Amino acid sequence: MVDLTTLEGKDTPGKVKQLCYKAQHLHEHYQNLPTVAAVCVYPTHVKTAVEALKGSGINVAAVATYFPSGQSSVDVKIADTKFAVDEGATEIDMVISRGKFLSGEYQYVHDEIATIKEACGKAHLKVILEVGELDTYDDVRKASDIAISAGADFIKTSTGKIPKAATLPVTLVMLYAIRDHYLKTGVKIGMKPAGGISNSKLALHYLVMVQEILGSDWMSPDLFRFGASSLANDVLMQLVKQDTGVYQSMNYFSLD
Amino acid sequence: MAKKQSNEFDFVSGWTYEPAPESSDHIQLKKQYDLFINGSFSRPAAGSYFDSVNPATDEVLSSIAQANSTDVDSAVTSARRAFKKWSTLPGKERAKYLFRLARMIQERAREFAVIETLDGGKPIRESRDIDIPLAAQHFFYYAGWTDKLSEAFPKGAEPLGVVGQIIPWNFPLLMASWKLAPALAAGNTVVLKPAETTSLTALKLAELIQECGFPEGVVNIVTGDGSTGAAIVDHPDINKIAFTGSTEVGKLIQRSTAGTAKKLTLELGGKAAHIICRDAAIDQAVEGIVNGIFFNQGHVCCAGSRLFVQESVAEEVIQKLKLRMDTLIVGDPMDKNTDVGAINSQAQLKTIRHFLDLGKKEGALIYQPERALPKKGNWCAPTLFLETSQSHRIVQEEIFGPVLTVQTFRSVDEVITKANNTPYGLSAGVWTQKGAKIFELTQKLKAGVVWANTYNQFDAASPFGGYKESGFGREGGLHGLKEYLK
Repeated sequence: MVDLTTLEGKDTPGKVKQLCYKAQHLHEHYQNLPTVAAVCVYPTHVKTAVEALKGSGINVAAVATYFPSGQSSVDVKIADTKFAVDEGATEIDMVISRGKFLSGEYQYVHDEIATIKEACGKAHLKVILEVGELDTYDDVRKASDIAISAGADFIKTSTGKIPKAATLPVTLVMLYAIRDHYLKTGVKIGMKPAGGISNSKLALHYLVMVQEILGSDWMSPDLFRFGASSLANDVLMQLVKQDTGVYQSMNYFSLD
Repeated sequence: MAKKQSNEFDFVSGWTYEPAPESSDHIQLKKQYDLFINGSFSRPAAGSYFDSVNPATDEVLSSIAQANSTDVDSAVTSARRAFKKWSTLPGKERAKYLFRLARMIQERAREFAVIETLDGGKPIRESRDIDIPLAAQHFFYYAGWTDKLSEAFPKGAEPLGVVGQIIPWNFPLLMASWKLAPALAAGNTVVLKPAETTSLTALKLAELIQECGFPEGVVNIVTGDGSTGAAIVDHPDINKIAFTGSTEVGKLIQRSTAGTAKKLTLELGGKAAHIICRDAAIDQAVEGIVNGIFFNQGHVCCAGSRLFVQESVAEEVIQKLKLRMDTLIVGDPMDKNTDVGAINSQAQLKTIRHFLDLGKKEGALIYQPERALPKKGNWCAPTLFLETSQSHRIVQEEIFGPVLTVQTFRSVDEVITKANNTPYGLSAGVWTQKGAKIFELTQKLKAGVVWANTYNQFDAASPFGGYKESGFGREGGLHGLKEYLK
């Protein structure tokens, strides 16, 4: 249920390949580990990632729509999205136009998401609300409802590019939006908290919340993801500890 | 819960919680407890004892002394002897004892929480996070007033004398602290009787009081059944009776103190209206409803037991409430995951079952989550009664269990009329995001406490008490202190 991510201006094919290898070989001394759910990169690195992950079943997600600010025209965002999809991305992580949202242009925000959804074709659309830039929980709820009604497959808290990222309360508000949509329509929307969830214990708090609000149908990578690269190593460390009874130093867990 | 429709949630087949029981290894319970009179433990005059039972397992925890009128008389005599010295002790000196007691409760919080849960059946999370910390807070709070009585009450702040205090079984230690802290701070001496089924934490408190070095006789704790309580109420040398319990017993007490010089405060039953307006934050309101009625298995005099939902949002609220109830964990009170613990006694379980049968007979629609209850012990599933009206007896009478009646309403005026249409008036709750509506409702609801967009919030600084047949007098805050002063 973890997505590995590299989203830096200095990303290179070399870096992306290393991350993709890690995604498939989390810990060689530990047998039968599941792989991560997806590797998330900028559109320019999609091709590299797709090749590196061929046959692994791991999805390639691309951030698009003028990530992370979203401050560009719809046409640019459509082109950005289409480019990523054409390169082979199976998941698109878009950002909503927070400026438009905060100035009350909800219809614009909605239509933009719907347009991007169309541009995605078969690729799954995750809509990033960037909750750290929204004002209140009411805003988070409203943005969630807009994203869901415009066609989001997943709603996601944050870009990871600003300090205020996922929190338990914000995630709860978004889970409520997903629950209410399901109650009304029977359609299941996925949830991805991202940023700041760096250890297993905190991740468990999130999972408990998902289980208690949405039940076990959501306890799968199809409907729930953590956007937290450093979480993977902490989970590995806990797994090894459970087996051996002792904590290994972080030096035994690869950094890619 | 089997999947019935396509858009149902599966809360059962996936991840479940491993048991996470709190340990009881560290507690110290004696096999037998005597009466705490004049600073030491002494055998009851008649030599009789009764068992205190863990309502979750039916296991006997300890044997408790049954005090008769002779014992009560020696307790009152000892309190009277202690009164002169205690009441003339400078306030700052009395404060030291109270502060010390408050700190010692905090130091022993874990032990108190475990005993409270074993003896009363409430979830360990509640005794650990609410009962015990609040009990300590009450001693801290009133300790702070002890040397400021003349500033707080410039017209005079004389203590009353010997106070008889009779407390209920739903919050044993907390109720003891609500009663003891203001009485002692004001300079009174006390004879306190805990409830028959839950005497243990009061007796542990007696041990702390001894350890604290309180002067002998300032606090006397006599255990026993209703006859012990009657002996306190009828004792001629008591200046005030403070009682928390049922309205039925409250009326008896008021009858017997009528025509005497005894002051009286009563904190009695309730049937609180919990009102959900259409402009409420529904998800939060649902949490509030759950807290309002299932907190402490509904053994709460101020429980939000009469739910009123505005008709336009009723369907949504009830749907979400049912979903939330499906995830409540009913079971071992010592387990840290437990939401709803054991019913306090077999007698109370019988009462609740009587009302469950009555509700069905009256034609109300019952809803209970389909989760198995433990086989041993006293249990009641969280229950909703839908499609009820003010004319249903389950809506009129206090059940004192995890049973919520649900009515719908059309307008604010209508809900105010219906909310006040009860002999009780202890508490009420209002959920709306409109500030003006909060003010209108809180002014017009005849209840001692009205919570807005929250429920069951308690604080030592905030007065608590009822209107009408929910009693009179206040506990907590300066109001609570005043009740113990001339």
